[in-house]
Amino acid sequence: MIAAGRAYLFATIAFLYLPIALMVVMAFNDSALYALPIEPSLRWFEALADNGPLLAATRNSVVIASATSVIATALGTLAALALNRRRFRGQTLLKVLLLPPIAIPWLITGTAMLVFFFWTGIGRGIHAMMIGHVALALPYVVLIVGTGLQTLRSDLEEAAMSLGSTPLHAFFTVTLPPLLPSIVAAALFAFAVSLDQFVVSYFLSTPGVSTLPVEIYSSIRKGFTPEINAISTIFLGVSTLLVLIFAQLSDLRGRRERR
Amino acid sequence: MLKGGNIGSASRRGWTTAALLTPAYGWLMLAVFLPLGAMLFFSVLKAAPFGNRPLQLTLDNYLAFFRRPYLIDVAWTSIQIGLWTTGLCVLLGLPAALALARATKGSFRQVLFLLVILPFWTNGLVRIFSWTTVLQEGGVLDQGLHLVAPSAPAMSLLYSFPAIIIGLVHAYLPYMILTCYLSAAAIEDASLEAARSLGARSLVIFWKIVLPLCLPGLVSGSILIFVPVIGSFMEPRILGGRVGVTMGTVIEDQFVQAFNWPLGAALSFIMLAVVLAIFAVSSRVLSRYTGPQ
Repeated sequence: MIAAGRAYLFATIAFLYLPIALMVVMAFNDSALYALPIEPSLRWFEALADNGPLLAATRNSVVIASATSVIATALGTLAALALNRRRFRGQTLLKVLLLPPIAIPWLITGTAMLVFFFWTGIGRGIHAMMIGHVALALPYVVLIVGTGLQTLRSDLEEAAMSLGSTPLHAFFTVTLPPLLPSIVAAALFAFAVSLDQFVVSYFLSTPGVSTLPVEIYSSIRKGFTPEINAISTIFLGVSTLLVLIFAQLSDLRGRRERR
Repeated sequence: MLKGGNIGSASRRGWTTAALLTPAYGWLMLAVFLPLGAMLFFSVLKAAPFGNRPLQLTLDNYLAFFRRPYLIDVAWTSIQIGLWTTGLCVLLGLPAALALARATKGSFRQVLFLLVILPFWTNGLVRIFSWTTVLQEGGVLDQGLHLVAPSAPAMSLLYSFPAIIIGLVHAYLPYMILTCYLSAAAIEDASLEAARSLGARSLVIFWKIVLPLCLPGLVSGSILIFVPVIGSFMEPRILGGRVGVTMGTVIEDQFVQAFNWPLGAALSFIMLAVVLAIFAVSSRVLSRYTGPQ
């Protein structure tokens, strides 16, 4: 029974990884036509260096993801402090309002942003995508930092204040240091959410200004080239690295709590 | 609270609470709630209010379903895709979650768990695209088939209904494994032992104990899958080609190609209504099973 269970589990994992692994192998294959045997080659990666639009889109993706990460982490941390350390009327409603950006299909959120931004003159482009990405990442930041706050004792800050510390000083010296791993994890998470976001970026991009996923999508629709395998492989590597760092951070936090 | 509540400090606390919350919720207002409101407004307009066009209110966009019957077909295709994907994820994901919770332990389990959830943090577009490598004519599946049967005709699954389902199941299976695993890991060995020592057979144990206890995981996994799947447009486009006309692609067309924003807005809101109905029904089911404890 246990052996069968494990065999099935390995088969499932193989199903999850097989197409991705094949794509990575093909990115290093000299032939464009899936010809076997595989002849190792870096030509598709070299071709990327001359692909102007793709490089520009990559730069946009990194800029938007960095800005999203900073803004969403700052705003989300402040909101998490209020939602977890204060009691006020409408608290439950505010928590519920964090759900729509996560739960409503991105197609609907994305087209709604397009309609509103175009109508009000905010327009499309990098700034519009940034506004959208921050909104999508914010609820996750509030949840991650909020979870971190719940594991910290709240009376320490009050003790510091009763001993004469100002609220701001108490926050920076007592609450912030142990909260830092959560904040860093949330920032990484926001970065990954923005980097991977396709649907909202797609509706808010203009022909000249797009992000990496949008550019990949339009090259897939224009027709397949092995360069897409190569850029996808790099992209895959970067997001895997981000997740592993995130997992490591949460794990460290978990271990410290258990101690 | 250590400090006594004189009115001055209470109102100052109120102000700081507001100051902490305003940036985040102001942002959500600008980027999510006002846009949804604007789209609701657009959905009852005859034409988008750009240039000097007069504002004319109409319900035509919502009645389009009755006037253009192909939209019903398209909606049905989307629902079929949603049901097939969710159903297959249940069939494939529940056993995997049970195996993860029951047949592994310790750091071995942690590694496998990470392996299962890792793919869903990689880009969805890239994962869908990777299936074209496998499914197209001359792709891996085709070549594999010809290794076994050299005389078989060329085979391409790409641009077909099964291709869309395969890609979507691959994309969303980790959600189902994750939610079911959380339920399955909470089942106590003692209750299974008790049932077994009282003579219950494996099938009975599965049906009477394991399945009901996994139900919350199954339901929340199904919502997490069904909702984004009926709103998907990139997956049917890449893997379905001309076959892949869904609500998602029709809505995308209204905004990107046809520029009929009011119709696109109305279709989006119909989809949103379906999504909200699903949330309402399933939260009832969930609270019935997790409530009385």
